[in-house]
Amino acid sequence: MRIALVYERLREEERQLIRAIEELGHEPVPLHLNSNFLPLDHGKTFEADAALIRAISAAKAHASAVTLSSLGVRVVNSPEVLSICGNKLATTARLSEAGIPTPKTTVAFSLEGALEAAKSIGYPVVIKPVNGSWGRLVSLAQDEEELRTILEHREAIPSPYYRIHYIQEFIRKPGRDIRAYGTEKTFITAIYRVSDHWVTNTARGAKAVPAEYREELADLVIRTAEAMGGGFLGVDIAEDEERGLVVIEVNGVTEFKNAARVTGVDIAKELVSYAMR
Amino acid sequence: METECPICGSPVELPDDVMAGELLECPSCGATLEVYEQDGTFLLKEAEEIGEDWGE
Repeated sequence: MRIALVYERLREEERQLIRAIEELGHEPVPLHLNSNFLPLDHGKTFEADAALIRAISAAKAHASAVTLSSLGVRVVNSPEVLSICGNKLATTARLSEAGIPTPKTTVAFSLEGALEAAKSIGYPVVIKPVNGSWGRLVSLAQDEEELRTILEHREAIPSPYYRIHYIQEFIRKPGRDIRAYGTEKTFITAIYRVSDHWVTNTARGAKAVPAEYREELADLVIRTAEAMGGGFLGVDIAEDEERGLVVIEVNGVTEFKNAARVTGVDIAKELVSYAMR
Repeated sequence: METECPICGSPVELPDDVMAGELLECPSCGATLEVYEQDGTFLLKEAEEIGEDWGE
């Protein structure tokens, strides 16, 4: 079969995916978004049976998934799943509807509303962009004064998304969080992301360490993927001292090179196999 | 395979197995360049900076 790799930057993950497609006996069709265009014409056929969406921009990932899906290509992840994953507010709403444990979260649409929201949660609080990633502009406010400063800066940013204030309780993590990989059917693997800083993204310097298998973790990953509508996902999970595992966010175009390296699991091959199932 | 740096005009050697989407550094001016493909030819443009919606 022919499998399209839809990408912008040829990162280590994309190279691993091309290798995995070949090793599984299929033909990779690299589709560099910045060198190509796609027809928005349902009657047209596309030169691949399935497509792995790997664009580094969430907007381009979603747009290419919508287009290829409309051309009848089986797209991983689907545009519906990418749309929810690309928005933290929609993700939390979906997880909450499914009874998945998440941090206590509020959304406010003004500075004043945000201050009230934080009071209802209790300080410290975390405030995040609804469509951000790699931990960018994620802020911790210890008290109202700090939150007001952060909010005033956010309100000065021209994008309307920064006037949607997604405010969350601060989870006291034990110097690490968990990045787990899985689908609606299978738990694949997990790492701890260890950091002295409360932001534990590996893109921000956290160290990847293999996490031991726990049935509770595997179940949570599968339930989370089910709640998101299925897909091959990277699930970020914190260990709360009182409540246990809580899902922080879900990634639809997940990076995996550090996890593959330290766990020895061929995550690229798992992703290609999932797309071909 | 050789092409030109869009910033300083110096020649830039492309690897034999080059693919669109790769990043290269201009050996002359140090600019980070992105390979793209047009009509079967590999060309270079200045790499985009990290966008607001980039990441996972």
